[in-house]
Amino acid sequence: MINNDAQKSDHSNKIEEEEEFLSFVLGDENYALDIMSVKEIRGYESVTKIANAPTFVKGVLNLRGDIVPIVDLRMKFNIGQATYDEFTIVIMLNVNDRIVGVVVDAVSDVVKLSAKEILPPPEFGVSFDSLFLRGLATVEDKMVILVNIAALIGSDELGLIDLNNTAGQEL
Amino acid sequence: MSVEMSQFHQVFFEETQEHLQQLEQLLMALNISEPDSEDLNSIFRAAHSIKGGSGIFGFNALADVTHIMENLLDKARKGEFSLSIHAVDVLLSTTDTLGEILNSYRNELEIDWLKVTQAQGTLNELLADQIAGDADAADQGFGLFSESKANESEAFGFFNEPDALAEQAKSEDGFGLFVAEPIARPNDTTDPGFGLFDELLSESAVELMTPAPSVAMIRPSGAPADVKKAASTGSETTLRVEITKIDSLVNLSGELVITQSILAVIGAEVAGELGERLQTALLELERNTREVQDAVMSVRMLPVSSVFNRFPRMVRDLASKLDKKVDLIVEGGATEIDKGMIERLVDPLTHLVRNSLDHGIETAQQRLDLGKSEIGKLLLKAEQKGGNIVISISDDGAGLNREKILSKARQSGLDVADSPADEDVWPLIFAAGFSTATEVTDISGRGVGMDVVRRNIEALGGHVVIESKAGEGSIFRIQLPLTLAIVDGMCVSVGQQVFVLPLVHIVESIQPSLDQLKTLSNQQLLKVRGEYLPLLNLYQLMDQKPAHLTPDKGIVVLIETSKKRFGLCVDALVGQQQVVIKSLERHYRRVSGVSGATIMGDGSVALILDAESLALQVKTLDGVNK
Amino acid sequence: MTKHILIVDDSASIRQMVEVTLKSANYQVTLAQDGQDALDKCKVQRFDFVLTDQNMPRMDGLTLIKSLRAMSAFSKTPIIVLTTEASDDMKSRGKAAGATGWMVKPFDPKKLLDITSRVIG
Repeated sequence: MINNDAQKSDHSNKIEEEEEFLSFVLGDENYALDIMSVKEIRGYESVTKIANAPTFVKGVLNLRGDIVPIVDLRMKFNIGQATYDEFTIVIMLNVNDRIVGVVVDAVSDVVKLSAKEILPPPEFGVSFDSLFLRGLATVEDKMVILVNIAALIGSDELGLIDLNNTAGQEL
Repeated sequence: MSVEMSQFHQVFFEETQEHLQQLEQLLMALNISEPDSEDLNSIFRAAHSIKGGSGIFGFNALADVTHIMENLLDKARKGEFSLSIHAVDVLLSTTDTLGEILNSYRNELEIDWLKVTQAQGTLNELLADQIAGDADAADQGFGLFSESKANESEAFGFFNEPDALAEQAKSEDGFGLFVAEPIARPNDTTDPGFGLFDELLSESAVELMTPAPSVAMIRPSGAPADVKKAASTGSETTLRVEITKIDSLVNLSGELVITQSILAVIGAEVAGELGERLQTALLELERNTREVQDAVMSVRMLPVSSVFNRFPRMVRDLASKLDKKVDLIVEGGATEIDKGMIERLVDPLTHLVRNSLDHGIETAQQRLDLGKSEIGKLLLKAEQKGGNIVISISDDGAGLNREKILSKARQSGLDVADSPADEDVWPLIFAAGFSTATEVTDISGRGVGMDVVRRNIEALGGHVVIESKAGEGSIFRIQLPLTLAIVDGMCVSVGQQVFVLPLVHIVESIQPSLDQLKTLSNQQLLKVRGEYLPLLNLYQLMDQKPAHLTPDKGIVVLIETSKKRFGLCVDALVGQQQVVIKSLERHYRRVSGVSGATIMGDGSVALILDAESLALQVKTLDGVNK
Repeated sequence: MTKHILIVDDSASIRQMVEVTLKSANYQVTLAQDGQDALDKCKVQRFDFVLTDQNMPRMDGLTLIKSLRAMSAFSKTPIIVLTTEASDDMKSRGKAAGATGWMVKPFDPKKLLDITSRVIG
């Protein structure tokens, strides 16, 4: 079904495929991740601690029946101060059908970026390993680091997933 | 009106699958020298059913093979054909072929007609062999088939003489049709496959009244045995239900338990007379919820025999391939476990059985040299113990090789004590990539290691425990929780957190007095009824700040697992409740010491402790008791 | 008045097929999975026609027929036995048991409807 009018008005968008990103703040740096993986955004609530887990894994909480791990990227990558107050935000992500919450200092706007606006990630000077970065972009004069959130969440680095585990399904 | 046949195919496929399984089982269990006549009848009926259905639904490859098989089995049950071991082998491999053909039909693949003719040929040979070298007799074997093919034209018939039939028809409503019927010629071979016995309607009615007493006393042939054997096809009315419907029932009943526990929390806060009435009703609700949940769980429970079934055949084939003599004993097949577990047990059990056959049991000659009986014994047993199902695989073979395991472990860089106890050596075989087999045989080495076996079992919430004695044999015990989803637990608190301990492992809880507590080389002990039990502090294990640092100010929960008894020190007991187990691996990963998590009445998450892995934290005490 | 037929066969797929076929011709159908099951149903209900397989667990077709013929409600009911072949031996056994007629397996829906309409209209 072709609606010529709609096509014309969207023309500029369609030529350069745009993706939507949710931008967030860690310390004094700006990051963004693919909006499609965002399930919801909540304030920080108390979690059930898991013994023997790395310190950046704060624990698990109940998200409407799902038991979801909460990780603090500020602690993992040593960015800013890992404080927990009424302004602290947890972004609930759905990555490959796994739900994980990441603690951030704040969330900013949703931005649309086209492929040509995304520059390759730098090798140095960024807290995250470049493996987990999609690139850099400039939004309103600020440098925004685009995170490959699926790669990060699934990485050995975070150790959220037991790669040797054959069981992943709720029985 | 035409009836679309394909709608019945799925049921036919499932049914035929069951018949094939039954055939295999019955053939395997058949006593060649003195076959039980009921068994022969059941074997015949299985083949007969497959033939009937496949003919009606047009699965000709199946019909062609089972037709001959059915003939053979009919003769066998009538005593006209005696089944030798060779015959049973042929029938077993024919059953396999039928399984392959069924699969082809099921998945709409090309039928391998060469296989079909081969199967027919082998069966015919069997028939021909037995009929003593008489050319006519041999022909008769083949003649049978052509005869029955000719019979297809006489597909039915009525025995009635037209007149008698007409007479009968006139006296009853709705039988007027018969008068016009030109077909009633009993011996007419052009009849279309059905027939009526007309004498019956005229005179036999009276005749039959006299033998009535004997008729009335007709009991189902071989009643008890028949009922027992019919159990697999359902001697009681059964219902085929899609597994997804049952799964949703299980989920819903789990949600019901959660909601009921939330209500209990709220209800406890209501005061006065209203509160009392509310609490009484809530208690009743709890009872009902428990019963619903039990009932739903039992729907998912299936006897373990559905997993065990495949082993007699596998052991028979594998033993002969390895040139070893093995007697497989299966016990406790009626023990029921959750359907979800059954499917996931197949691989680990298969691996363990193959392992016993490959590396455990010695060859007949070796055994004789060792003074053992020639035939090795393999026992596959299932039993219910407390809140667990225990499945054990034991053999009387060579046992695990301690030195080989230790040297391989050290080679792999595993951290091993200098002189470990046997029970600490055996679990080493579960380390990833571990295999002491000098060559990886295709039988037990193919891609699957013992580490995967253990992980599969642990993913089900179970454990594997090994016992072994050099020269005498080994026992692998798989412990599984009775049900997957719900557990009766004791909630305990330590620090700021609540944990759940499965009730099944709890012996009792006590508030110890100072004189019951002792310390011996840095190990805290509790004296209970003359016995000293080691103590573990939950706050240490779970990294919490406890309310009390000494056990006498808190509570000690006495725990018993498969191997150890110990006390767990906690701050307080919160209460007993049924909890729904939610897996941590769904969104996170396995956590040691924890078998899952649950959502409490107030919405918070509580970790469910894994008693078996807590037990591993207890260091072995030497010479402390008695 | 709708005719009520009892189908006795240990194969679920065949029972299903027969049920659908007969219902499409506006007969009322009851199913039983073996002779005993059928006999139990006949103790509480009358049927206009019984079609039964011969080889079944618990109680076979011919035994069922003999039992039914001993009951006054079923002494004259048309009963067709499903057989593997139409040999003389089979026919005589069927007749002796009291069957009204026979039908060889495999059969197709058309044959089934044919004999049914001939027997009860």
